[in-house]
Amino acid sequence: MSKIRFNVLTFPGSNCDHDSYWIPTIRGNNAEFIWHKDSYLKDPDVIIIPGGFSYGDYLRCGAIAKFSPIMQEVIKFANKGGLVIGICNGFQILTESGLLPGALMMNKHLQFICKHQYISVESTDTPFTNLYEKKQVIDIPIAHKEGSYYIDNEGLKSLQDNDQIVFRYCNEHGQIDLEANPNGAIDNIAGIVNQKRNVLGMMPHPERASESIVSSQDGKTLFASIEKWVKERL
Amino acid sequence: MFKAKIFVSLKQSVLDPQGQVITNALHSQGFDSVVETRVSKYFELLINTMDIEKAEEEVKNICDKVLANPNTESWKYELEGVK
Repeated sequence: MSKIRFNVLTFPGSNCDHDSYWIPTIRGNNAEFIWHKDSYLKDPDVIIIPGGFSYGDYLRCGAIAKFSPIMQEVIKFANKGGLVIGICNGFQILTESGLLPGALMMNKHLQFICKHQYISVESTDTPFTNLYEKKQVIDIPIAHKEGSYYIDNEGLKSLQDNDQIVFRYCNEHGQIDLEANPNGAIDNIAGIVNQKRNVLGMMPHPERASESIVSSQDGKTLFASIEKWVKERL
Repeated sequence: MFKAKIFVSLKQSVLDPQGQVITNALHSQGFDSVVETRVSKYFELLINTMDIEKAEEEVKNICDKVLANPNTESWKYELEGVK
């Protein structure tokens, strides 16, 4: 059977692209880097837009990246139903590009946070989370200064009504409250999908919690979910 | 040519944590009359046209498409003629 193909974008300032390449690779998939100036993808099943500081975060996080040649191809791929996952800066790029609603704002306390964070899996009805249990509490690291998810009330209601909130910040017991919210995100949102459920954006880094040498391996299930979903359709 | 002076600000409904910290700092320095601070971005663009209507249209497009994020920010501008 042919391998699942991951394309990992690299912008000037991306710094999680090698982790995002490494994890699919050690899991037996094919992975390719795609440079931001490229105008074609390499026949992907899944695209990862990795974390980092694309174009130095100038203007707004992700604002310049959305104009890059490769993002026009990513938008076409997503609109055809292709799987896209944006992690951290990748999530910011997805909202700036209009592939996901809302925006990522500066953390409420203005500090850069880098730590392990519990999140609750709020929806398992996605290609990215189908092997988790609903309400499963997982430990996935976060590392950001501009990760406070914001959307207006109407948009929030639409996310809630359509089961688009995939991850919420919580404590180790799965309690979702202000105390467990690291950055001031509205409704403790850590990750969402689009209405068609093929585009995921999340601030936590599953690629930093997916191999045995690191303390949490809770991100493995996300990659396993993607692989299962794609294999069923190959 | 025209010089466009563009202000991009967070919408009133959006929390401005930097503004809150600045307000606190101002209070600590005795500027007690300050009740709120909103932080904005300011851009100056030189637009190479003699036609003010064209310059206005260009600036509006630039604000909508690039300089501001319509989800969280609003913008306003002034145009002044330069030689």
